[in-house]
Amino acid sequence: MDSTTIIAMASIITAGLTTAIGSMMPAVGEGRAVSTALDSIAQQPDAAPTITRTLFVGLAMIESTAIYCFVLSMILIFANPFWNYFLG
Amino acid sequence: MRLSPDDMIYWEYGFINLNLTIVTTWALMLLLAVGTWAITRNLKSDIKATRWQSILEMLILMIQNQIKEVGLNRPRKYMGFIGTLFLFIAVSNLLTIVPWYEPPTASLSTTAALAICVFIAVPIFGIAEGGLRGYLKSYLQPNFIMLPFNIISELSRTLALAVRLFGNIMSGGLIVSVLLSIVPFFFPVIMSALGLLTGMIQAYIFAILATVYITAATQDAQEQKNKNLKQIQHG
Repeated sequence: MDSTTIIAMASIITAGLTTAIGSMMPAVGEGRAVSTALDSIAQQPDAAPTITRTLFVGLAMIESTAIYCFVLSMILIFANPFWNYFLG
Repeated sequence: MRLSPDDMIYWEYGFINLNLTIVTTWALMLLLAVGTWAITRNLKSDIKATRWQSILEMLILMIQNQIKEVGLNRPRKYMGFIGTLFLFIAVSNLLTIVPWYEPPTASLSTTAALAICVFIAVPIFGIAEGGLRGYLKSYLQPNFIMLPFNIISELSRTLALAVRLFGNIMSGGLIVSVLLSIVPFFFPVIMSALGLLTGMIQAYIFAILATVYITAATQDAQEQKNKNLKQIQHG
């Protein structure tokens, strides 16, 4: 196995793992956040707009971790900086 | 495969280049400016206002209400900045239904520019509301030990704003183009409809987060002012 193959293998496997774990954990977090928000809305329907807005902001924060993982796996596959050392 | 519209270059001179992102951004700015000029040219306070005027009024009242609900008491002051952010991102994401259009928000340079606008606007609004001392004091909240963490959070949230918008829009376009090469026609249509929904939610979230940051920077001064007002009223 030459070094190009090793780099390709490592980056593809890592990208798959990054996407898998990085979408699993935020999904669990978002699910918990949404279920808690629904519980609170059911208890206090008057506060629904405030809860919904805070929920959206929190979801955006959680989601950004998933987006980081996605961007990272995209970089690993399409724009891996280590290619240039061996291909050029 | 092209990852971002930055890679498509129309014209180049030295280190200055004119790529697809810049061209689409200018076209969008022109569209928004000409559109609003055409709508606001002959406004009526009549009951029979034009259709476009009603849409614009609804939009502005909606943005104003959202800003007020987050906790900024005088939304008129912040309307120009936050409303522009929302309208630009929303229109740029919405126009993906036009064929061959590539949203400028799918390029990290556009989203970084928007995030830097927020990064600069927050201290400006904070200083305008509470003075330089009041704004700098907000970095020492709740305790002076938190000073480095407050500075780090200021920087990291700017990065998060930029990467979140970029990642969402870029992933939408990328997934559609990957799917087009695997399954023809039907499934990509559903994914691009989902992309439209995410685009609108991202525009909302970007604007709301900017509002939340501005509120956090101006809150102490607002509370102080309210307290003074109450003291004056109660003698």
